[in-house]
This record gives sequence, structure tokens and C-alpha cells, in this order.
Amino acid sequence: MNPPKPPSPPEAQGCGNRRTFVRVAAGGVGLCYAAAFAYPVYRYLESPVEKSASLAAVSEVSLPEAHKLAPGTALMFKFGSRPALLIHHPDDEWVALIAVCTHLGCTVQYQGDQDRIYCACHGGVYNARTGGNVSGPPPKPLERLEVKRTESAVVVSRPARTA
Amino acid sequence: MKNFCSSVYSWVDERLGLAELQALARHKTVPWHAHSFWYYWGGLSLMFFVLQAVTGMLLLVYYRPGPEAYESVRQITYDTHFGWLIRSLHSWGANLMIAAVGIHMFSVFFMKAYRKPREFGWWSGLGLLGLGMGFGFSGYLLPMDELAYFATTVGLDIPSGLPVIGSKMAALVRGGLEVNEHTVQRFSTLHVIVLPLLFLPLLGFHLYLVQRHGNAVPPSEESKPAAQRQAIPFFPHFLMKDMVMWLIAINLLAVMAAIYPWDLGPQADSLKPAPVGIHPEWYFMSQFQVLKMLGHWVPGKAGEFAGLGLFTVALVAWMLVPLYDTSRQAGRRARNTTVFGLLLLLATIATTIWGYLAL
Repeated sequence: MNPPKPPSPPEAQGCGNRRTFVRVAAGGVGLCYAAAFAYPVYRYLESPVEKSASLAAVSEVSLPEAHKLAPGTALMFKFGSRPALLIHHPDDEWVALIAVCTHLGCTVQYQGDQDRIYCACHGGVYNARTGGNVSGPPPKPLERLEVKRTESAVVVSRPARTA
Repeated sequence: MKNFCSSVYSWVDERLGLAELQALARHKTVPWHAHSFWYYWGGLSLMFFVLQAVTGMLLLVYYRPGPEAYESVRQITYDTHFGWLIRSLHSWGANLMIAAVGIHMFSVFFMKAYRKPREFGWWSGLGLLGLGMGFGFSGYLLPMDELAYFATTVGLDIPSGLPVIGSKMAALVRGGLEVNEHTVQRFSTLHVIVLPLLFLPLLGFHLYLVQRHGNAVPPSEESKPAAQRQAIPFFPHFLMKDMVMWLIAINLLAVMAAIYPWDLGPQADSLKPAPVGIHPEWYFMSQFQVLKMLGHWVPGKAGEFAGLGLFTVALVAWMLVPLYDTSRQAGRRARNTTVFGLLLLLATIATTIWGYLAL
């Protein structure tokens, strides 16, 4: 492990070069060795992240029975790994949004009496039809999902452009 | 830049006394002689302990004690990236640690490094070995597979042979009359909280004593005149050699873990009979075989009792060695002690081999 001393260094410069080479080489080997340990540990710790990412990659969720949702009420469901909100407006418009506040990630709620989506954490308010940020700290609108109604279910899917 | 570094250094130094530490490191030396090879084994044991702590923490990220114990270990082994590797490193590391500690202990014994002023080093070392075996025994149950279940059943059945308190104690440790999910929960608390809390201060004490008294030299070296004895600086010379040993040990461990991944048996089931040929790990094999032998000659509880008595006597004698073999001169007591150690070592090896042959 000691940098080996060259036999009787003739020139200071040559000696320095050889020593530098050994140091750099030893450091490089050491780094590779450390990486060989760090990589499995990283992958090990990252395993559930990978799983939840593959869950989040879902592009369509079918909600049986959701077509019976009363007007003026909403339903929470899981879209992949994230909470989402299905709103049945009194005028029969159906809206689905990812229910994660764009400010700091709290789960938002539908307040039918005030016709708005509200985040209790820091008072963010969103439009209940477009998901647009109306007031409070949220920097951008909620992510919108597409809604299709069938005979027996409501099918929510990721809009084509972001999928 | 250089100026900045040195001013940061002196700022810290004024407050923490780094220069004293440096002086300490500069003055620390290690005796260098024909038996210096045995000085590596304490450091190796320490390195293995650190590795156990690291891999143990990683396993604890996913391990769930209680009713889900087996399922969580199954997930670690088969569903999580490199989970099999981390688990194998921990299991193989435990075995190699016990082996390194065993070699360390016997080398200390035969170099007579327990004599004045190092008696507390010997005792704290034995305490660490005892706690280490506690780690081994409690950790063995945690996967809750068949082997773990029966190992713990048998292991707790032995002390329950003690009169009056035996069965009460075993039930208390078990959290029931047989091994169940409470046992796993208890053992995991023991394994990751209680034992480390006891182990770490004792380890600190042990290392402090090594620092305080330095390495002991064997009698053959002690009898030489001071001028003929040699020593090398600890920093960086001996530390570098230490690190080479650690590197070899880590590579050995990694190769074993990768080529022979630790097995996970079928889930423990209290209705299933013990599989034929079931046996303890090698470090309990000797005691296992002695108990088995005594059971043949002295049937029933009496045999178990005789076995426990024998182990107790041997352990007490082993502990009291520093108080018996005190003289620096070679004499009858020194010779007797060496013979005792050799007999014990041979008996352990012989009963271990016998145990494997008798399976």
C-alpha cells in the first residue's frame, strides 16, 4: 500500500512522476472498489422506488360503480401510486385530476359547496373544473386526467400528450 | 488554498486538540517479531463487526419482525435488488466474525497476553465473545424459516433444564410456551437494540485497553534483551498491513456471499416435524456434540445437567486463567495453562469434527 520508493531517484522530476502515477492509480483502483460496493447498496435501497415508479406509469384506471356517483360529490381513487380525484359536477360534467397539490405535495380535497378544490396544508385553491390554480401558493394547475363513461364504469386515463 | 486549509486546521485543532491525537498516532508502535501475524486478528474481528453493523442496518430497512418476518426476508432475498447479496454478506460475515474472534482469542491465550496488566482485556474480550454469540443466536431466528425455528426451539430448551427458574426463564425469553411471532419480535429487539447497546461500550472499553497497554509480546519475545526487540510504527505502517488483511477478508467474504448465497428454507410451521439431519451452525457444533454424547451415557435431564455443568466449569476456568497464570517467568503454572488451552482447543476441534461425522 505504501507507494514503492524508486531505487535511488536520479532526478527529482522523474521520482515525482512515478510517485504521482502510483498515487493516482491506487486512488483510481480504490474508487472502483468503493463503487463496486456502492452500486449494489444503491440498487438495494432504490428497489421500492422502482416499484412505485412502475406503478405510477399506469396509463388507465377503470372505476366500476363510479358512474353511480351522485352529482355534486367526488371520489378519491389511486391512479398508479398517486391519489386522484373524480368529480361529478351538478351539471353532469365529469372531471378527473391528480389530487397532489403542486405546491408541496399534500393531497387536495373537493369542496362541492364552494365549487372549488382546496389544499388544507397551505390554503391553496384550484378551479374544480379545469384544475387551474386560483389562489394561494400553488405555482401551477393540477394535472388533468381524461374521463370516459361506459355503461358500467368510469374510465380515467392519462391524456395522450403526457403519456 | 493551502493557507485556508491550514487556518481551518488550526481553528479545529485549538478546540479539539488534533495535534495530541497526531502525537499519539506517531508514538504508537507495534512489536514486530515471528508471531506478529496474530496481531491482525483483533483488527479483523473489529472490521467484521463494522461490516455486520452496516449490512445489518441495510437489512433493517426492509425486515419486519413479528408475523410477517418470513415474508419480509423472502422479499429481501428474492424481490429486492441485491437483497440476496446483502443478506448473504450478513450471514457469512457473522460466521467469519466468530471465526476471527475465535482465532484472536486463542492467539491471545497462547501468547499469554492476558497477564498483568491486561486481565481486563481478557475479560472484556470474553464478554464481547458472549455478546457476539448472543447476536448469532438471536439473529438466527429472525428469518423464521424451518431451521431458525428448530434451532431456537432447541437452544431455549437447554436452559429450561435448569431447576426451578429454567422453564420460567425460557418461557419469558420466548414470549410463550413455544417459539412464535412474539419470540421473533423479542429476538429482533435484542438483536438490533439491546445487544448493540451492551456491545458498543464494552467494545470501546476493550479498544481503550489495547490503546492504553499496547500489544502484548509473547514470552519468547519477552525473554530477549530490549535491544533485540523490534517494533514498527502503527501509523501508517501497521495500519496499512491491517488494511491489506481487511481487503483480503472483505474479498473472501464477497466471494463466499456471491458464490454460496445464504439459503432461505421453507417457512417455519409448528405442525411440521423437524427435518432429518438438522444440526446447529459450526460454532455451536462442539457443545451440541458434547450434549449428545452425554445424553447417550447419562440419559434424561441428568445428562443435560452434566453438560451444562461441564460447560460452566470450563468457562469459569477459562475466565480465571489470568489470575492463575500470573508469573512472567516460565514455570509450572505457565506450562499447565498452555496445556489446558491446547486440550480445550483440541477437544473443541475434535468434538466439532465428530459432530459433523455423526450427523
